[in-house]
Amino acid sequence: MAPVVLSRLNDLFTALRQDGRTIIGPTVRGHAIVLTEIGGAADLPYGRRTEVEAGIYRLRPGDERLAFTHTSGPQSWKQVLHPPRQQLCSADRSADGFTVTDEPEPSRRLALFGVRPCDLRAIAVLGHVLGDGERYAARRAEMLIVAVNCTEPGGACFCVSAGGGPGADTGYDIVLTERPDGTYLADSGTAGGEAVLARVPATPASADDIGSAQRAVESAATRMGRTLPEADLRTLLAGHRADPQWDDVASRCLTCGNCTMVCPTCFCTSVTDTTDLTGEHAERWESWESCFDLEFTSLHGGPVRESNAGRYRHWLTHKFGTWHDQFGESGCVGCGRCIAWCPVGIDVTAELHALNAHPPDGDLP
Amino acid sequence: MMTTYDILVAHPFLAGLPPGHVERLSRWARPAPFRAGTRIFEENGRAKRFWLIREGCVHLDIRVPGRGDAVIETIGPGTVLGWSWMFPPYRWHFGAVAVDQVLSIAVDGAGVRALCDADPDLGYELTKRFMAVVVERMQATRIRLLDLYKAPA
Amino acid sequence: MSTMTAARYRVSDRRRETGDTVTLAIEPVDEPLPVFRPGQFAMLYAFGVGEVPISVSGYGEDGPLHTIRAVGATSGALCRAEPGAMLGVRGPFGRGWELPGPAGADLVVVAGGLGLAPLRPVVRHAMADRDRYRRVAVLIGARTPDDLLYPGEYQDWRAAGLDVYTTVDRATAEWGGHVGVVTELYGRLEHRPADTVACVCGPEIMMRFAARGLVGLGVPAGQVWLSLERNMHCGLGHCGHCQLGPLLLCRDGPVVGYDEAGPLLTVKEL
Repeated sequence: MAPVVLSRLNDLFTALRQDGRTIIGPTVRGHAIVLTEIGGAADLPYGRRTEVEAGIYRLRPGDERLAFTHTSGPQSWKQVLHPPRQQLCSADRSADGFTVTDEPEPSRRLALFGVRPCDLRAIAVLGHVLGDGERYAARRAEMLIVAVNCTEPGGACFCVSAGGGPGADTGYDIVLTERPDGTYLADSGTAGGEAVLARVPATPASADDIGSAQRAVESAATRMGRTLPEADLRTLLAGHRADPQWDDVASRCLTCGNCTMVCPTCFCTSVTDTTDLTGEHAERWESWESCFDLEFTSLHGGPVRESNAGRYRHWLTHKFGTWHDQFGESGCVGCGRCIAWCPVGIDVTAELHALNAHPPDGDLP
Repeated sequence: MMTTYDILVAHPFLAGLPPGHVERLSRWARPAPFRAGTRIFEENGRAKRFWLIREGCVHLDIRVPGRGDAVIETIGPGTVLGWSWMFPPYRWHFGAVAVDQVLSIAVDGAGVRALCDADPDLGYELTKRFMAVVVERMQATRIRLLDLYKAPA
Repeated sequence: MSTMTAARYRVSDRRRETGDTVTLAIEPVDEPLPVFRPGQFAMLYAFGVGEVPISVSGYGEDGPLHTIRAVGATSGALCRAEPGAMLGVRGPFGRGWELPGPAGADLVVVAGGLGLAPLRPVVRHAMADRDRYRRVAVLIGARTPDDLLYPGEYQDWRAAGLDVYTTVDRATAEWGGHVGVVTELYGRLEHRPADTVACVCGPEIMMRFAARGLVGLGVPAGQVWLSLERNMHCGLGHCGHCQLGPLLLCRDGPVVGYDEAGPLLTVKEL
């Protein structure tokens, strides 16, 4: 199917609902843009830019015709793919012991609307970690992804040097590029996306339509505010375990774990088993957990990473280094959320540049 | 029939010691076998010699009031028993008992001290070897102090 | 099985090993789980209390054996389970011991404290296939003589052609055996270092010193295997708790070669 131009975005919402989908997308709530169930195009954050810097996130007025001049908010798509709390199973006492019941995964036919290319890559990264789980796979299979290309990089964005870019290349069902006049260039990436797009009133895109959209995305790639150091980060982090930079960042880090909560690829969870007051009914729940928690990793009854430095080093090393060893790729997609939502404004790119400027670990004294 | 010199040359504790040194040591050395259960020395006894253990094991012990003779450590073949002969007041800090049949070479402490005073090179070579043993036992003792097998609190 | 839902098992036998350690023999109530290989572990669930990772310490007639030390709420509850009690089991998880070892190799098992539990399947494997190996030694260290695990079996192990040596950190009046750290037993070995395969398990510091000692004797680091431990929640490589540097111990371990583990174990707070 060839690309088309949509002039009424709400028609796409109608087509998605006809496809039986509940639509999750960005909307303004409080002073941020959150991801939640939305009814139509009118719910999108039209006329909202985001001013984003280390430790700073503000909504600012923007072009009223445009809905996608904002960048990543505090939430990511992992909250639907990998929910913050989920019940796994339950057990009930019986005459000869107990019975166990699987908690069925609720079936939710969703459309994820407005997925940025960084978040698209994050969904793929999360899939490489969790995709062999039955529940994750079932959830993902029921999702249709409507990606939106970026034409305006955010202040904390560094997707290009993280190996991606402001344009979606793979993993979407439908991709949109917002045009300056408030219309959208639309294309499909899968048969499912094509089927939905086919039901939306649209005009064929001209070569100029396609070209100008492409140029807008390419231009965004050149205006990234941040970059990662040009180094093999896996080797860098493995060779800088004793770097004084860890103590430096630790003196600033509150181990609050915000970064792990907003990061679209952080996947760590804790499993808890509880009973009700009668003691007859037990439930197993899984919920998000942060490696900044003191007890996250423990041995022989005590924490392994006691210091802030140890925990920060673990998080950064995992994200940019050992993720390669474990999953064959980097865990970071350059969305910049951790930089914006750190209450003390720690910038992972700056920390990596600092490490890169220091000599590697020598022989220990 | 092996001479004392032959036995000393072959003993791991003296490995690498030049033959001249071994020869002079052997003049102060003689075979010392112990039957199982024999007390080799008493705590506080006069530390007149040391032993190179060839076969069998020795328990180092100390009398603890209310606990009897508590075994501190087992010394096995291939190593040396006894350090207190090196320093005044030349008294044993622990006792030693042969666990099974022990074959050893006893070496006279005063004689070796005189040899070392006269020949610093021999003195250095022996000191290095004793230091290595002390370091190894110290590290092992420190590990035991950690009480690693204890259940976590 | 890639699931977070436990299979039901019943305790068929309970045996007290030491003051705080118990071995449970369990049998399946529903479909049995796949066979647990030596070195693998299960997530054992005590109803309403929680789950803990416990290595398999052998196989009984009806199912796996698990030796558990009561150190917390869940392990305490499991240690109190009587025959007939129902437990939840998930697994088998993890990379087990590299068995069978090369034919003609010298095998040495080095166990500290509760570390003998995940190693007992290695001992039983060597007994069952004794002719495959040249020398087989089992070196066991414990805190006191009362803390030695499975002492009643050592005679059978010796009778099967294994050299079994024990040592304690602290002797009691009746103890006539070796007193000292388990590495001091290396002097008894008649192994050829280059052809030796070592399986080591115990507290992490003990494993580091034991492995270092073996490498010092000439055993290649890649032939020394450690069973590492961290807290685990899922056993599936999804929760992130059990990481040691690049390794997810529930998936890339718990058995890891000393060539890989050695450099990781010396980094503080890794």
